[in-house]
Amino acid sequence: MFGYMIKRLIQMVIVLWAVSVLVFVMMSFTGDPTFMMVPLDATDEQIAQARRILGLDESHLVQYWRFLSNIAQGDFGRSFVFRQPAMTLILERLPATLEIVFLAMVMALLVAIPLGVYAGANPKKPASRAVMAGSLIGISLPGFWLGMVLIFVVAVKLQWLPSSGRGPTTEWLGMRVSFTSWEGFRHLILPAITLSVGTLAILMRIIRAEMVEVMKQDYIKFARAKGAPAKVILFKHGLKNALIPLVTVFGLMLGDLIAFATLTETIFAWPGIGKLLVDSIYRGDRPVIVVYLMFVALMFVVVNFIVDVCYALIDPRIKIK
Amino acid sequence: MSNNEQHSKPLLRVQELRTWFYTFGGLVKAVDGVSFDLAPGEIMGLVGESGGGKSMIGFSIMGLIDPPGRIEGGRIEFNGKNIAGLSEDEMRVIRGKEIAMIFQDPMTALNPLYTIGNQIEETLALHTALSARERRAKAIEMLHKVGIPQPEQRLSHYPHQFSGGMRQRVVIAIAMIAKPRLLIADEPTTALDVTIQAQLLRLMRQQVVENGTSMILITHDLAAVSQMADTIVVLYCGRIVEKGPAEDIIARPRHPYTRGLIDSIPHETAENDGPKQRLSQIPGNVPDIRKLPPGCAFAPRCSRASERCRMQDPVLMEHNAIAMGSGKLRPHAVACHHPLAVSP
Repeated sequence: MFGYMIKRLIQMVIVLWAVSVLVFVMMSFTGDPTFMMVPLDATDEQIAQARRILGLDESHLVQYWRFLSNIAQGDFGRSFVFRQPAMTLILERLPATLEIVFLAMVMALLVAIPLGVYAGANPKKPASRAVMAGSLIGISLPGFWLGMVLIFVVAVKLQWLPSSGRGPTTEWLGMRVSFTSWEGFRHLILPAITLSVGTLAILMRIIRAEMVEVMKQDYIKFARAKGAPAKVILFKHGLKNALIPLVTVFGLMLGDLIAFATLTETIFAWPGIGKLLVDSIYRGDRPVIVVYLMFVALMFVVVNFIVDVCYALIDPRIKIK
Repeated sequence: MSNNEQHSKPLLRVQELRTWFYTFGGLVKAVDGVSFDLAPGEIMGLVGESGGGKSMIGFSIMGLIDPPGRIEGGRIEFNGKNIAGLSEDEMRVIRGKEIAMIFQDPMTALNPLYTIGNQIEETLALHTALSARERRAKAIEMLHKVGIPQPEQRLSHYPHQFSGGMRQRVVIAIAMIAKPRLLIADEPTTALDVTIQAQLLRLMRQQVVENGTSMILITHDLAAVSQMADTIVVLYCGRIVEKGPAEDIIARPRHPYTRGLIDSIPHETAENDGPKQRLSQIPGNVPDIRKLPPGCAFAPRCSRASERCRMQDPVLMEHNAIAMGSGKLRPHAVACHHPLAVSP
């Protein structure tokens, strides 16, 4: 286990370094952000000054070296726009994203597991076929379209839920969160549904496909021969054996949603990190983009690590090494 | 078989059981009009080639026939009550507690994700009101009985940490722990090493005799059956071709198919230096069960077959068997137009 952690840690450092190089190289091709910062009528003098202040007057190599050595001192650079540490900007907005993503994932699991198990255990029943057809629709619906339809129907026409924004937040474990108040929670629902539908459909199809295979196994028949009721057969003997692929995909989708909830956050004017990324790209706010992408890479490494640990927890034949 | 009063009343009476499968390729009459009785404590061998419908009799009794298969007709009387066509909830109470089953392949019958302790105790948790501590104690006792060393430690091990033979011992422990009245063993040793087969058969025999459990031993291994069973039922293409007391069937088979099965067991010749004999075999293959020929299904492979065999189905007819050890006359029945003469 210890060796495994060390290996993972080294792996993580390599991934982060590779990402930083990639992002730096790519950013240097996207033009000079100075022009986004200065007024249209700025003189050459002012532009040069702005460059110096932003640290853009030196060669890319020097810039990259400065970036790396700053990181070694815990400084991830400052936003050109907000003049604040980029890491602070991201961490400030992270709770908002985590909130809708976790709610979306919980909703997806709560619906996908029972439906997937049912459809997998009874593949020939009409209800199962209906569920599968529904999942295809769920996969095919673009999130931005669904989000707009939800806003139109639920928020504008029916006026059941608020259409955008985060609502009131309260302090919880040092983060500002919405889910602690009813009004805040109401703001969470529509974005979370929008995020969850695609995930839900994919998870359900995976559970179904696995359950179809698992239900053919001898140990399922043996469990029936023991006199186990359907609930025990499906959820104790069946579902656990179907979990490995589910955990894999769940991990990937979780990372994906946290990193790229961009569209949904934009539609619902949700002040999360996805919206921060879009805004930063528009403004050419290079330090924020770099740190953001490194943060995303880090998150995927961590999620993969958790997934590996889950494998070992689920299946005693898998050892972490 | 000590209790003569129970002897007259069978524990299990299967009558005209028909289990059919509606497959794309056509109707498969896997079990087609099978009848037999099983007395309390009796061990019955159910013998036949692969694809002969043997396993489907076991699964029919357990109520574990899944679509496209279904029990098309007949009765399965267990303890005087017809259990064919009971609902899943009604069957659940019987499965594992009254009737237990052992599967062919111990490598796949155990759930890989749970400890064997969990899987043994599950049967008790489902059918008894024992506390967790009592269940554990029973599981340890049971593992000890089936010959697994250090049962206390082994309880927390997973199936992959056991060899095939050991896993089958665990499966036997699971099947026997609730002291069922009927044990159905479906090819319990086929997937195992030859060296372990005999050990496990002995273990099973000891377990059922100890508990007074009746047993149906489903196998294609006539040699194994001849050592264990009280009665033998020979199946061919979903039908019984011969049934009777085990010694009688082995010593004086009446059906050419049974004769063929017996002849294909390797014999130890009395003198090792005697001429080595080629092992005999039954010519041909089991016919496609979806397209059975009219008349006797065995006729195409039978050297004694006549025109009549290809036209008319033989019915199972009783002949009186030689008095057995128990002093009781038990029927020896055969379905053949030209049964073999009783050799001296």
